[in-house]
Amino acid sequence: MTTRRDFLKTGSVAAGAVALSSSLPGALHGTEAMVPRVRHVATAPEMDAVVKELLMEALNAAKLAGASYADARIGRYLQNFVVTREQQIINVVDTDSIGIGVRALVDGTWGFAASRDLTKAGVAAAAREAAAIAKANGVARDRRITLAPAPAVPNASWKNAYEIDPWTIPVEEKADLLIRSNAAGLKAANVKYVFSALFFRKQERNYANTDGSVIAQTIVQTAIQQQFTAVSPDFSDFQNRGNTIQPVGRGWEWVLQKQLAENAVAWGEEASAKLKAKPVEVGRYDLVLHPSHLWLTIHESIAHPTELDRAMGYEANYAGTSFVAPPADFLGKFTYGPAFMNVQGDRSQPGALATVGYDDEGVAPDEFLIVKEGKVNDYQTTREQASWLDWWYKSQGKAVRSHGCSYADNWSSVQFQRMPNVSLMPGEKEQSYEDLIAATDRGIAIVGDGSFSIDQQRYNAQFGGQLFYEIRGGKIVGMLKDVAYQIRTPEFWNSMDMIGGKQSYEVWGSFFDGKGQPGQVNAVSHGSVPARFRNVNVINTGRTA
Amino acid sequence: MPRDNITDVLSAPARLYHPGGSALPNDSILSRDDAQALIERIKQFSRADAVEVQIFGGYATNVRFADNQMSTAGGVGDFQVGVQSYFGAKHAVVTTNELTDEALRRAVEKSETLARLAPDDPESMPQLPPQQYQPVEAYFPSVADMSAEARARIALTALEPCRSAGDLTAAGFLQNNAFFTAFGSSTGLFAYHRGTSSNYTVTVRTTDGTGSGWGGAEHNDAGQVDFAAVSRRAIEKARASQKPVAIEPGRYTVIMEPQAVGDLCQLIGFYADARATDEGRSPFVKQGGGTKVGEKIVDERINLYADPFDPMVRAQPFDGDGLPLGRQEFVRNGVLETLYYSRFWAKKKGVQPTGAPTSFLMRGGSASVEDMIKSTPRGILVTRLWYLREVDPRTILYTGLTRDGTFLIENGKVSRAVKNFRFNDSPLFMLNNLETLGRPERLAGTEAGGAVVVPAIKVRDFNFTSLSDAI
Repeated sequence: MTTRRDFLKTGSVAAGAVALSSSLPGALHGTEAMVPRVRHVATAPEMDAVVKELLMEALNAAKLAGASYADARIGRYLQNFVVTREQQIINVVDTDSIGIGVRALVDGTWGFAASRDLTKAGVAAAAREAAAIAKANGVARDRRITLAPAPAVPNASWKNAYEIDPWTIPVEEKADLLIRSNAAGLKAANVKYVFSALFFRKQERNYANTDGSVIAQTIVQTAIQQQFTAVSPDFSDFQNRGNTIQPVGRGWEWVLQKQLAENAVAWGEEASAKLKAKPVEVGRYDLVLHPSHLWLTIHESIAHPTELDRAMGYEANYAGTSFVAPPADFLGKFTYGPAFMNVQGDRSQPGALATVGYDDEGVAPDEFLIVKEGKVNDYQTTREQASWLDWWYKSQGKAVRSHGCSYADNWSSVQFQRMPNVSLMPGEKEQSYEDLIAATDRGIAIVGDGSFSIDQQRYNAQFGGQLFYEIRGGKIVGMLKDVAYQIRTPEFWNSMDMIGGKQSYEVWGSFFDGKGQPGQVNAVSHGSVPARFRNVNVINTGRTA
Repeated sequence: MPRDNITDVLSAPARLYHPGGSALPNDSILSRDDAQALIERIKQFSRADAVEVQIFGGYATNVRFADNQMSTAGGVGDFQVGVQSYFGAKHAVVTTNELTDEALRRAVEKSETLARLAPDDPESMPQLPPQQYQPVEAYFPSVADMSAEARARIALTALEPCRSAGDLTAAGFLQNNAFFTAFGSSTGLFAYHRGTSSNYTVTVRTTDGTGSGWGGAEHNDAGQVDFAAVSRRAIEKARASQKPVAIEPGRYTVIMEPQAVGDLCQLIGFYADARATDEGRSPFVKQGGGTKVGEKIVDERINLYADPFDPMVRAQPFDGDGLPLGRQEFVRNGVLETLYYSRFWAKKKGVQPTGAPTSFLMRGGSASVEDMIKSTPRGILVTRLWYLREVDPRTILYTGLTRDGTFLIENGKVSRAVKNFRFNDSPLFMLNNLETLGRPERLAGTEAGGAVVVPAIKVRDFNFTSLSDAI
């Protein structure tokens, strides 16, 4: 039962499979100027000499055991949660885990081993175990694995966009902020419960491979989770408002910018207003989707199906395959959406969750268009996968190289292809969310992400939201509830007829994107502009128990 | 963390349990006596009013394959120590995976520092006194000692027939876990459990892209898993599911294999929280206030319960607070028997806490899936479900899709493969429309996870709302 107080897992209280985020359209802009006092200027890390020595010890042991290629990662993974409800603390949790993961390629087959034993003997044992597992798998080998070349990066360091390390902020300051925000939310009529949490991650990642790369990186990520619950006085209904703020690759400065106590009044009032919202009539509507909502539709219906391992069947036994397959039938041919549709993969947008200097194979990621002028143009790749598309890259006059999408969520996890930031790029015409509403005669505007579900090839999806507004004659005339829309991916994106311009671009994302066996969690951002979709099937999800 | 912490670790004395420096197989599984000694050692560092220590260690090995070849394989050993310190109503948790005295002392001190700074938790409960636990034998060497080559050979049970067939591709995953967990507190309470599990799942697709089948099995003892049978089942389902036809979505009589039943019915437990219900925000709120405890909520043949001692489950017999877990009925003969009560809420309401269950079981009947098919003039057979997500918490209304083998039943026979459906339905509605209960099986994992034993079922009027082209 979800309410168990398994005290080591308190942080997962609100951690579903994917998603956090969203906010008021009005509250999304213009807070960048609120730069707090700098308590600690964060700088890129330098690799500790002892850590480097251990990495080299592991690589040497792997080579001696027969590896043609190996890489080793020593990482320290820290998490900090502060969890509250209403006017009280639920828990404070600080986790710290350190160890080494070694991946070895022997006779074209992978093996991986991980150990928390950071002695020379310990890391060498892990490396030998990785090589032994790789060798044992030889009995079941079919094709040999090969890696696309990547330039060696012999002495690199990098940090992401955080300014204030959340580990320098005292716990009472974190708790006080949440409790003040909860109090503001509870002022709204019928709002009886507020859940809120701060969730910080810090990853000190040290990497080396047998090609000669040695890389140190520090990454800090921040999520603010909130849920405001309004209960009707006769207990006939309750409504939640959550996913108010997007998670980011930033530090404590992000928490200050979001002005939780000031904004919570409005979030509480939205939960309250949902009790009085009109149930939606089923039918077809034009949808105006805010970036705080559309990011999740992009994530599910564009970003996942263009993971190359998924398209090639590597995730068939769990997350599924992709309708964007085989690549030869889609690259340069398939019309995903209108000609003004461009979707970029990158790990470079400052403050985005998938942004890194180097991936977990030592590759500096590039920016690439997954959908270019409406057509499928590329897939997300690692070094193992890039050569699968060599025919396409050669036909385009491009180098065969990894896009730098390798990622492992911990020292104890093996790296594989994970999603970069995948974003719907702005249109040429400078128009806003409000402009799209004004141009719509009969429709529904949706803010914030809610329920989401999509099939294992990414065709049929159903999405809810946080706030639904009825549009009549270019104006919002009231609030709706029990709204969900059902789509078939290609028809949905081809029904897009308006998108916002640069000024309307916002970056949202998920702290918890799952993939792989054993399952790993990735944090990823999706930039988006608001967009309009014609004639979409809307269902009513309200029932009585 | 300052960088020099890493060097502290590296220059520290040899690890507690691995003077040889190897942290590989089985080094991460402490015996009961060693676990208790470690907890006592950590407790000695404590200066708090009270302290709780949870330790977990495990060694997990896996083999993954896809597109008819090996993809990744690994072995991971890890260990985690969690320390929760209390000062009056203040508390905080710190975890570490380092076992030197110095690192453990640092973790204890850090949890004390955080706890002193934290605001009071008015719901903080006093530590439980020592408890009696009935042990569960769940640790099998067949899992803990399986070699890397033996694991690769299990993959061959799917890879060989698919490679030689020429028109099939296999993707699958074998995961073996060996683990222990222990919990102790300053009152002298001590709980220990160790176990193993072997989980094998396979998806086979036809190379023409029109068929996909799935098989899966899990047991604490690898000797009880018929790996080749799992692979065969995925192959048979893949072939049978080829070239599906579209039929109209709508309300159908549906036979769900146990995997689908588990994904849906396990959800009921997640909403059966006494506090949320008392607060007016659960499906078990009575109109006007109060709860539905004592009311019939589903068909009278439905019984939902937790039982860590069931031989098909062998789950941890205590929860995260150290409360002993026994067999507990949540729904008996269709009537909501109790909701989940945390220690705090139970005290507030003057009832016994239920403990947080570690297993989910649904009592079955005697019918086979074949019997259910024979008695069905027209219906749908569902192999498994996918991507279940809450649509409305007021009714446990969920959406999701069928996957890897969906078939039309006509006149008591499976007549053809049909395209997958999206559903929008609630397990509460579904279990009110029960026709037949099948035989319970241990599932190979649900979307929500945990040890789950449920039967196949046949239900009326299950609500499919759209078609999916996904294979």
